[in-house]
This record gives sequence, C-alpha cells and structure tokens, in this order.
Amino acid sequence: MTSTFLSDQQGERNGPDALAAVPVTNAARQRSRRRALHWLTAVGLQVPALALFGVLVLLPILFALYASFFRWGGFGMPSDYTGTDNFSRLFQDPVFLGDLWRMLLLVVLSLAVQLPFALAMAVLLNQKVRGRAAYRMLFFAPYVLSEAITGVLFSMIFAPDQGLADHVLKAVGLGGLGGEWFSGTSTVMATLFLVMTWKYFGFHMMLYLAGLQAIPAELTEAATVDGANPWQRFRHVTLPLLAPTLRISVFLSVIGAIQLFDLVWVVTAGGPDHHSETMAVTMFQYGFKRYQVGYASAISVVMFAISLVFALAYQRFVLRRDLEGATTNMRGAGA
Amino acid sequence: MSQETHRSVRRRGRNLPLHVVLIAVGAVMAVPLLYALLSGFKSTDQLSRNPVGLPHPWVVSNYGDILKSGSFWRLVGNSTLIAVGTTVIVVAVSALAAFSFARFAFRGRELLFTLFTMGLMFPFAVAALPLFLLLRSMGLLDNPLGVILPQAAFGLPMTIIILRGFFRQIPGELEEAATLDGCGPLGFFWRVLLPMARPALGTVSVLAVVTSWNNFFLPLLVFTDNTWWTVPIGVQQFQGQYSADTARVFAYLVLAMVPALAFYSVAERQLVGGLTAGATKG
Repeated sequence: MTSTFLSDQQGERNGPDALAAVPVTNAARQRSRRRALHWLTAVGLQVPALALFGVLVLLPILFALYASFFRWGGFGMPSDYTGTDNFSRLFQDPVFLGDLWRMLLLVVLSLAVQLPFALAMAVLLNQKVRGRAAYRMLFFAPYVLSEAITGVLFSMIFAPDQGLADHVLKAVGLGGLGGEWFSGTSTVMATLFLVMTWKYFGFHMMLYLAGLQAIPAELTEAATVDGANPWQRFRHVTLPLLAPTLRISVFLSVIGAIQLFDLVWVVTAGGPDHHSETMAVTMFQYGFKRYQVGYASAISVVMFAISLVFALAYQRFVLRRDLEGATTNMRGAGA
Repeated sequence: MSQETHRSVRRRGRNLPLHVVLIAVGAVMAVPLLYALLSGFKSTDQLSRNPVGLPHPWVVSNYGDILKSGSFWRLVGNSTLIAVGTTVIVVAVSALAAFSFARFAFRGRELLFTLFTMGLMFPFAVAALPLFLLLRSMGLLDNPLGVILPQAAFGLPMTIIILRGFFRQIPGELEEAATLDGCGPLGFFWRVLLPMARPALGTVSVLAVVTSWNNFFLPLLVFTDNTWWTVPIGVQQFQGQYSADTARVFAYLVLAMVPALAFYSVAERQLVGGLTAGATKG
C-alpha cells in the first residue's frame, strides 16, 4: 500500500494515542480542530458520489426489495401486501425456472467454450506473429459495438433463407442445417451463444494478453532450460501465473450471464415461445408490458440475490486465494 | 544477416498452422462486418439476387439517404450529448471520492469503499424497475438527465476504483511539498493531483463514453418519444420500420457502427488499458 502523510494508517493509529497521553492544551485543542477539519474534508469529498450512488443505485434496489412483497401495478405506493406470494409464484413459473436454467446454460457454455477459446487466442497472439496488432484490433472490435447493434446485425445474418448464414450453408451443400437459427426453439440458445462469443471473446482475450505480458520471460526461459516442453510450460508456469486474471474473467462472465438483456431483447424478445428468455427479459415483460410491478420486483430481487451470493462466495472462496498467493510470493521473493 | 533470414523463413514455416488458425478466426470476425458494409451498397432487390458477391452496380443511395436525413444525425447528436454529460459527471464526482479514498484516513473509509465496490456486482436490471418509477416521479422521463444521472451513478464504482489506484501511486513527498508551499487539500487536488493523473482521467473518460454510447436498456426505459432516442434505440427501431428494405437496414447499421469503431481506433490504448486495469484492480 502506498502511504502518504495524510492517508498513512500508521500515523492515524499513533494520533489518538499520542493525544491521550498529553493533557488538553492549546496545541492539543488546535490539533483536534485540525483533525475535525480533516475529517470534514475527507467526508465532504464523498458527498456527491454518495448522493448519486445512494439515490440512483442503492435506493432503487432497496425499493425493489420492498415492492416484491406487494401485489402492485406500479402506480401510487404499494398497499396490497401479499407476503412472499410473489416469490412462491415465481418458483412455480415455468418461464422463470426456464430463465434460471438458461442462465446456467450460458454460464457453463461461457466457461467451457468461450473463455478457453479466448485463452487459446491470447496465447497465440502473445507470440511474435506477423499481423499480431491487426488481429488484436479485429478480435476486440466487436466488444466496442453495442449489443443492440450486434443483435440487429446478426438477426439479419441469421435470417431464415435470405441471411448470409443460410446462403453459406447452401453453398457448401449443408442447406438442410440452416433455416431455424433464432426462430427455432432448439437452436435459438446456441445461435445466441455464437453471437455472444463473437462479441465478447475478444474482451477476455485482451484481459489474458495483459496478464500474459505481466509474466516475466525469465520464468518460462528457466522452465525451458529445465527441459519443460511447451505444454508443460503452459500448464505449470503460465496457467498458474495467469490464474488471478482467469478468476476475474470468470467473474465478469458469470455476472454478464446473470444480467443478459439487450441482445436478447433486440433479437428475439425472449422468443420463440420463451425459449431464449432471460431473467431480465421476464422482469421487463412483467414490469413494463403487463404492469405486474410487484411480481417483476420479485424477479429483480432474485436476480440481485443470485448476483450477491455468487459475488460474495466468489470473493470469499476464489478471489481470496489471490491475496494469499500474493503474500506467499512476496515472502518467497524476500527470502 | 542471411542467418536471420533463414531463421525467419524457418519460423514462418513452423508457424503455418498458427497462421491458418488466426486467418480463419479473423475471417469469422470480419465477415459479418464486411457483409453488412457491402450489402448496404446493394439495392434490396439486388441483395436477394446476389446475396454474397460484390455489389453490381454499386448503389450509394442507401448510405446517402440516411446521411442526408436529419433523424440519423439527431441520434448521433443525442448519443454524443448523453455520453459527454455522463462522462463529465461521473469523472468529476469519482475524482473527488477517489481523492478522499486515496489520500485521507478517516473512520469508515474501508466500509464506504466496500459499498462502492459492491456496486460492481449489481446488475443494472435489478434496479431498472424502481429506477424508472423514481425517474417518473422526478419528471425525468423523456429528459436526457434521466439517462445521464443513472449512468453516472452506475459508473461510479469502476471509475472510483481505477482513479483511487492512480491517485495512490502519486508520491506523498509531492503532497508535503505542496502543503509547504501553502496548498490546502483542495489546492493539491486541483493543481497537482489532477494534472498528474491526466492519463488516468483519459482512461476512465474513454470507458465512460463507450459504456454510455452502447447503453440500450436505460434509454429504452426513459425515452418514450423519439426526440431523445440514442443510436442503439434508433437502430432497433429502424430495423422494425424498414424490415422489408434489407439493404437500407444494412446501410443504417454500418453508419451506426462507424462512430464507435472510429472512437475505438483513436482511443484504443486508453480503452484497453482501462478495462484491464479496472478488471484486475476490481
């Protein structure tokens, strides 16, 4: 931790002790006034951020929690208290249960397909390859496009019969495979996942590239000298050192799957027959189209609970290891 | 010299599979974009007869009509205004908070910081519904502030985390020197810290601009009439409106992509730097 004379925690800890030992004098009084001023400045600087964050982030979340216990159409204040009815209804709602299942599906697919693919590309582009900068720019470019634009683009590419995808399949004699894409109940999630991979793998690849570049070349060189083959170097040197980056990327990927909305809304609006619906889409349908705001709030609350439990558990059991790893490394380097 | 050439030839030979993989992946990435670009130069009739080849003849009216229409430019103007407004607010407010987190010791600091960092894990969708009701009661629907303020609020966690990291790296000696020269904390912030943190401010600004530019959910909720529509909303609406005129939709899509891609090509370094710093410091 970088310490300055103002933020130095050691200094703060010494402060009160030193004060307690000295009788109250003019100097001490002046000093305590200075401390009060210091505190006021510190907290005063936080006020705009706290106000914005409190009113527009925390308050809405708390209010969703409150509203989820009411049957409420969204006008006036909620008054028809129904206890946990919304929640019990939620867990019998096949669409919502489907949302949970699709969320899990996306998480598993991202972790099993998208991230390994991103890692492979990062490893390839971490070598001295001709055109490396161009590939990096190209692979990352879709990340800069909004999900709405990406969605419209691919809804046209995967348009049955007239879209590019079907033309390509027909041209290579596989015409029978096409046609459904976003419109088939069994194909819509796979197609969505393809688009998500197109859009997001470059982002994870960039994270991995940054992580790879932070690995000192001496370590892989040393492993080579010790007779490790490329796979062993990757498995036993690169991968462990990249682990903190991987853990962050997994985290972002899961949070992304929990809150997926834009892409689905633009491309399928949850269809066909709810087969691509996500929690956020269901919430939007109930809250803004059917005016069942209490019920929609219950969906928000479950979404929040899932993110929170996941985030806390992840921080507790997975990310904490990074800190432990860091201290052992430091001790190792010091010895 | 010749040894060098030999080595590079040998390496190129060994790298052949690598190049095949990269070219294949690159093609998959580029083809949708190129397809949209070329399709925009066809007429819809031509597009159905000749879906994959080069346009023949090249039709420029799709692009021309859109560029001549005021509605497209209004979308771009709205998106720009909202992105700039969001960025100014989120960076200013975050800089003050990050200064306090990085340079002051006070009771409750860690708790407060944890509160903000927890904001990173809250999906926007969770707050969307009550936020909409709140904005409605404040009369901020169909008002750019109804998008700017919530975007700034949701951007605070990431911006504060990144700026705090940078502010902490500035050596304490500078602060002492500034204090001896008669600078108060705010003077130090304004005259020393902010100028020194210019690269960091650039990074978080680029992040804020891109996030705002791409936002779809919030403008969808807030803007019911089309005066304030942003580019992503406009694209979705245009597709609905001209679904029969595919070529024109492609041209519209391509034009809608241009500002984001242009900004990316200019600010690539800041964007990537910000994302990687944000992700690893979060």
